[in-house]
Amino acid sequence: MSRASLFVPLGIFIGILALGYVGFSLDARNQLPSALLGKPFPEFSAPLLLEPEVQITKADLLGQPALVNVWATWCPTCKSEHEQLMYIASATDVLMVGVDYKDRPAQAIQWLQQYGNPYDYVIDDRDGSLGIELGVYGAPETFLLNAAGEVVYKRVGDINIRIWENELLPRFKALEVEVITQAEALQGQPTVGSGAGQ
Amino acid sequence: MSFEFKLFNVQAVAFCLLMVANSVSQAESQIDIYPFADDVEERRYKGLIEEFRCPKCLNTNLAGSDAPIAKDLRRTVYRLQVEQGYSDQQIRDYLRERYGDFVLYDPPFSKQTWYIWLIPVGLGILALAVLARLLVGARRQEPVQLSDADRDRIATLLKEK
Repeated sequence: MSRASLFVPLGIFIGILALGYVGFSLDARNQLPSALLGKPFPEFSAPLLLEPEVQITKADLLGQPALVNVWATWCPTCKSEHEQLMYIASATDVLMVGVDYKDRPAQAIQWLQQYGNPYDYVIDDRDGSLGIELGVYGAPETFLLNAAGEVVYKRVGDINIRIWENELLPRFKALEVEVITQAEALQGQPTVGSGAGQ
Repeated sequence: MSFEFKLFNVQAVAFCLLMVANSVSQAESQIDIYPFADDVEERRYKGLIEEFRCPKCLNTNLAGSDAPIAKDLRRTVYRLQVEQGYSDQQIRDYLRERYGDFVLYDPPFSKQTWYIWLIPVGLGILALAVLARLLVGARRQEPVQLSDADRDRIATLLKEK
């Protein structure tokens, strides 16, 4: 047995360490690939949070790209992404759909009054049944649908500026969603400098 | 010395107890009360929730998880099985359509997963090859010829002992 071969176990050990290091630093290890990606959004019928007597169905989401955001008042990350959603709502003409997931409607309504409502529709999914149809296993989760109602992108986790610029914006452009620039979006807001976007 | 030995023992016993307690609590952390027509149905339900993986918790099945999503999925399995009369395979397909292969604990052979199926096969072949080489090598080994000088040296070494 040569001296060099004595180092083989050490080499294997270092190899295993390296594998573990890479494996545990992968960003996606807590994110399941969505089974819905590339597939049609499921059929559903659910009441609106703000108008409980009105039922919304999949047909209401078709005809233009839609951003379906699963959120809840019990979810701290949903609070942190709220501002970004408000921005997307103001800067684009995408259809914003909120799914209020396993939440108390009264608290959810209060949340929207307090922090603003970025959604065109808010679905009341208090028992989480629509969530199961969507393969949701936490909040927030966000789906981007094309005009035909197919899921073209899914994000597990918050929508932040990085996700907006790198993931959503290019897809919005591909789907021909009208996006106005940040300066234009901020125009008219009194707290922002008057020079912006003139 | 004896003290150290005892201490080690206590720790070992405590560790074993912890592991056992942990596994017991994992296995029975959630008991939902659902009515079943008979024992067969109930066993089928228990088998199913043992089989599926909780999407939130990476390595716990639906039966063993406290996560709200696991509770919801147990309720879904119950609904599909008892109220809607789905077969086991239909329930598997239902969950797979929504949560992907992840929930099945049973990855299919695909573009993303080929290596987890082939690595064990490869390692097996490698092990056989190494074993074969060792066996062939052992058979081929010729007896070592000792010179008279070697024999004398061995004799003196043995005497010294």
